[in-house]
Amino acid sequence: MLELKDISYHVDDGNGKDILNHIDLKIDDRFTAITGPNGGGKSTLAKMIAGIIQPTEGRIFFEGQDITELSITERANLGISFAFQQPVRFKGITVLDLIRLAAREQLSVEGACKYLAEVGLCARDYINREVNASLSGGELKRIEIATVIARGMKLSVFDEPEAGIDLWSFQNLIKVFEKMHDKTQGNIVIISHQERILDIADKIVVIANGEIQDIGTKAEILPKLLNGNLECRHNAGGCIHG
Amino acid sequence: MDEIQKTLLMQVADLHEVPAGAYNIRANGESAGRQSTEHIEIVPKEDKPGIDIFIKPGTRKESVHIPVLMTQTGLKELVYNDFHIGEDCDVTIVAGCGIHNGGSKTSEHSGIHSFFIGKNAKVRYVEKHYGSGEGTGERVMNPETIVNLDEGSYMEMDTVQIRGVDSTDRVTRAKLGKGAQLVIKEKLMTHGKQKATTNFYVDLDGEDSSTNVISRSVAKDSSEQTFYSHINGNNKCAGHSECDAIIMDNAVVRAIPEITANSIDASLIHEAAIGKIAGEQLIKLMTLGLTEAEAEEQIVNGFLK
Repeated sequence: MLELKDISYHVDDGNGKDILNHIDLKIDDRFTAITGPNGGGKSTLAKMIAGIIQPTEGRIFFEGQDITELSITERANLGISFAFQQPVRFKGITVLDLIRLAAREQLSVEGACKYLAEVGLCARDYINREVNASLSGGELKRIEIATVIARGMKLSVFDEPEAGIDLWSFQNLIKVFEKMHDKTQGNIVIISHQERILDIADKIVVIANGEIQDIGTKAEILPKLLNGNLECRHNAGGCIHG
Repeated sequence: MDEIQKTLLMQVADLHEVPAGAYNIRANGESAGRQSTEHIEIVPKEDKPGIDIFIKPGTRKESVHIPVLMTQTGLKELVYNDFHIGEDCDVTIVAGCGIHNGGSKTSEHSGIHSFFIGKNAKVRYVEKHYGSGEGTGERVMNPETIVNLDEGSYMEMDTVQIRGVDSTDRVTRAKLGKGAQLVIKEKLMTHGKQKATTNFYVDLDGEDSSTNVISRSVAKDSSEQTFYSHINGNNKCAGHSECDAIIMDNAVVRAIPEITANSIDASLIHEAAIGKIAGEQLIKLMTLGLTEAEAEEQIVNGFLK
């Protein structure tokens, strides 16, 4: 489905820093979680899949096609979706507008509401709201996820969906992903620190210092993470911080 | 009315034909239709161009349409329209000006609209400006709106100028009595070499009067926009003005706010923001499959909606 071949990302900020170092990764599983310490290169990798960041070295293949040179729009139209870690706010664009744009059709209000219901939002309260700062972090997050579901793509990449939301919203978010895991037709990649998200993954990839440190099934990886055998420096409660 | 005038009428007043209720249609400097109703009387002025509109006290859920259409190149006019709105009214007034200039001379419409709004009356005033035509002659509109709000009255003024007006100089002056409220929503888009200046003067004279002046604009190409707002708090009152502009290409946008408190109980706020379209907004829409140009269009349309 998705293959990253010898991917590197080097930032020339005077000191010269390798964000990603010769990453080789194949993603075929229905639900892949990528975890690891902050600053390890996970978000960079996710943005690279969506085409927001270009690798300095290496190639990216999607369903056998080399997409390295393709734009964000072209990749989106091939079937790749991306959910932002910090959902973008718009003045004037409503939740309904955004879901219609995502679905690429003039959905009825009822049709659009279905996607909001999927992410646990009471549709009628939200459909005509502007996607702006009047919405809470948790609400924006769920609307962001609803746009990805509305696209119904072959590959959906979520960049730390749990970031910046409160505990109560998080409980709901987990349910959304559990449901998505059961129902999705496409493949899902989630960047996450959360044990409960890692727990629904078919495969876990651990990235640290720009390299793949470990890769395997949940049964193989999760115990190592929880015992601190991998380079996760902090480990508090259910949250595996990096 | 010919086809061009009908198109202009559609653009400025959302009308396909003559409207229901009271109306006055001015086309190329002359009356092209007028109708008064039981509660709303429209009388042409005798000493100068323009009309007086008298709305009887207690008139509710009625509307007046007074579109102006110009299709003759080189026409310049100055029109005075006075609105006398009785106590306890609840009415909608739709004005608007459409200029189609197919020639080489400047066409110019200047309208001075004065509102005398009675106690506890509620007015929604909608004004749309639109220009079209392939001619090299400029399309110029200079509206002046003078608002007098009596005790407990309310006015919402929605002005829209999205396309085709080469030069506009808008002035709005308002005086608010006790407990009166004025909401102004301006939407403006300029392109090409257009120039637009808006000037708002609001005097919050009465106790507990309030105003909210909101301007959203997009400046494209080499166009220039200037936004001035002057809010004077002369009593216990609340004033808020907000200018939010998207700048594109080689455009220039200026925002010059002025808030003056002449009373210790005046509470006044001004917000102004000018900036290009945020890169992350474009990226988000591109991840939904839109091209950069489509994304830009959606963001601008949403912003001015």
